[in-house]
Amino acid sequence: MSEEKIIDLKDEDELRQGRRDFLKHVCTSSAAALVLTTTPSEAVDSASNPDADATVAEYFQGHFLLMSEEEKLKAIARLEKRYSAKYMKKTTVANTPAPDGVLFGYALDIGKCIGCRRCVHACVKENNQSRNDPEVQWIQVMKMPKGNIAFTADQLDKGYPEKSEFGDYGVQVGGNAYKTAGLSTEDAQNYYNDELVPDKDFFYMPVQCQQCEKPPCVKACPVRATFRDHAGVVLIDYNWCIGCRMCQLACPYHARRFNWGEPNLPAEEMNPKTHYFGNRPRMRGVMEKCTFCAQRTREGRNPACQEACPVGARKFGNLLDPNSDVRQVLATKRVFRFKEEAGTYPKFFYYIG
Amino acid sequence: MKTALSFAMDFGSYAIKGGTKYYAWLLFLGFFILVGSYTAYLQFTQGLIVTGATDQITLESFFASFVFTAHVAAAAVLVVAPGYLYHRKDMKELAVIGEIVAMVFVATGITFVLFHMGRPDRTWHIMPGIGYMNFPNSMLAYDTIVLNVYLILNMIGVVYMLYKKYVGKFEAKQLAIWFKPIVFLAIAWGPLIHIVTAFVLASNARIGSWHTAVLPFAFLSMAGASGPALIILLFLLIRKNTKLVINDSVIDLMTTIIAWSLGIIILVFAAETFTLLYPGTEHASSLRYTMFGHNGLNMYVVWFWGVMVAIVGSFVALLFSKVRRSYDRLLPLVCFVVFVAILTEKPMVLVFPAFSPTPLGEYAEYHVTLIEFFNVLFVWAIGFLSLTLILKGAIGILTGEVRHDKSAVASQSGA
Repeated sequence: MSEEKIIDLKDEDELRQGRRDFLKHVCTSSAAALVLTTTPSEAVDSASNPDADATVAEYFQGHFLLMSEEEKLKAIARLEKRYSAKYMKKTTVANTPAPDGVLFGYALDIGKCIGCRRCVHACVKENNQSRNDPEVQWIQVMKMPKGNIAFTADQLDKGYPEKSEFGDYGVQVGGNAYKTAGLSTEDAQNYYNDELVPDKDFFYMPVQCQQCEKPPCVKACPVRATFRDHAGVVLIDYNWCIGCRMCQLACPYHARRFNWGEPNLPAEEMNPKTHYFGNRPRMRGVMEKCTFCAQRTREGRNPACQEACPVGARKFGNLLDPNSDVRQVLATKRVFRFKEEAGTYPKFFYYIG
Repeated sequence: MKTALSFAMDFGSYAIKGGTKYYAWLLFLGFFILVGSYTAYLQFTQGLIVTGATDQITLESFFASFVFTAHVAAAAVLVVAPGYLYHRKDMKELAVIGEIVAMVFVATGITFVLFHMGRPDRTWHIMPGIGYMNFPNSMLAYDTIVLNVYLILNMIGVVYMLYKKYVGKFEAKQLAIWFKPIVFLAIAWGPLIHIVTAFVLASNARIGSWHTAVLPFAFLSMAGASGPALIILLFLLIRKNTKLVINDSVIDLMTTIIAWSLGIIILVFAAETFTLLYPGTEHASSLRYTMFGHNGLNMYVVWFWGVMVAIVGSFVALLFSKVRRSYDRLLPLVCFVVFVAILTEKPMVLVFPAFSPTPLGEYAEYHVTLIEFFNVLFVWAIGFLSLTLILKGAIGILTGEVRHDKSAVASQSGA
């Protein structure tokens, strides 16, 4: 429990930090200053009476990456106004560019992971996902049976074919070891509901967007709404996505989540420090997924899941820096990529401590 | 200009005239359009959450139905090709009917894709110029291009042919020089839309049962079976209720195409099943799930075997000339079975079970919701309504009941 408290305190620190950032942002951007002039009462008014101009302008906006700087500021001001009104709190939508000379990478120790799912919930809290009915989670933790499945002597002559002069019972179906063991998705439980973790007969493997170097989703998107930035992170322009879900079909990691209905994000749980490509509230009918917390990592901080992990199983850093945690892991541990055969070259690595 | 106006007027007024049965059919379709307008409103205001789709099974019945409409639209060239490639006299006149079927079905397919999209209001994002089309990377971008070009090619073909016939200048010498290339292009484009649609699915390497080189062959053979099945039904109906002459030889050709398309489907299924099941690697998981179920989830098993029995049964039945020649009873029955079998194969065998297991090993069943079901019927009803009205008008022109030279107009109502 103490760990959770620490995490909460940290979050509050971040929020304060976020507000400071917000003020800095306002001072430098005239467009954002418009938001400041909106008094709370006005904000409430426009919540009940949606700002038609902003909505129409938002509808006709182009792909964010193809906008001029001026258009980008306008688009961000529109969003900040709309979000501040809707969630009744000052919301910032940052447009911090990805840092230069950085390639983000992640390493996760499945030997350490205890399956507590704190990363899952920290992610939901940080990234403004729909909270209930449905709760959208970007990280899915697989609970996999360890290799010590029950091998029993009385099974030795079981299986098909039953008898042969060679004595090799069960070479086709149902022999003694006819079960999956170890790292296999086949018998993974994704919706376990244990009171105590870890379960001694299982190990755990959290899966989120693997930030592929060769992402099949980017290839599949017919409108380029999803793309990879120069720091190697695959992002989505939620205002450009047409909801065709070709990316979801293409993704071999089940990393993408679709907003089937209107996202259900209570105002009091909304995180007001957002990024355009990161955790700003999404709308119905668009795709979303892990962005390595673009709103944090583009400002030199760690992703929320990394901070939430109580056992230090998660390492995040710059793959170009030989001294970063991730590079240390890559240099010294037994590392593998999930579904290497998919040919996607993820920048998310797994290792065994 | 004046002629064009009277063409549209005469065509329209003939299309909406008909007997009691004709109006009953239109009313029947009208009912589903009425109910569907409401369910479509629900979907467009609440989102795709009203369908049965989930992050695990992300394609709904709209996409499955779209694949089926692509079958029929592609197969419509089988009515056009014999007349133009093989110079069959009995089919040259009927080419326009094939083009109408292609035009209506590709339009219906595009409507299904709009229902499939989470943000149909943002469709303009894919238009080059005002939006951005991810060409040549995205297979859906290719599909958008080929479908729309096919729609336009067929629209040009249909309108031009009917108009020429209407003004009575349908002799080869009186046709524009660009017309024949358009028809030939449309013939080549039919299989193309289907191959590209197969690639939209086959390009997803993570879905084992689609990631196979036989998928385009399976699609084309299914097109060869389901398209002519619908066309035979249409031809038999037209022949019975209107004055348009459709020879037995035309029906026989279509029957032969269906029979051997079914034969190829059986071979393709057998090849795919063998290749997956003999080694029994993880790629076979999805097919095994469809065929035999998994840990008590066996919703698709009955559909799979039902479709297989229907396909093999229809193939065997069409080998008997007695069945092939039974134009008023057995043949329409077999055609109906083929059409329905391949229509249900799309969601229940091709699309839904392919998603299990998911990349993280989940198995899931898809349950179509009532709203989704009525939306599918809504799109079908609009499609069949357009098909009925356009075909009716076209038959008026083909039989000469509707023509520009008013003195010869015989005011008679058909079906």
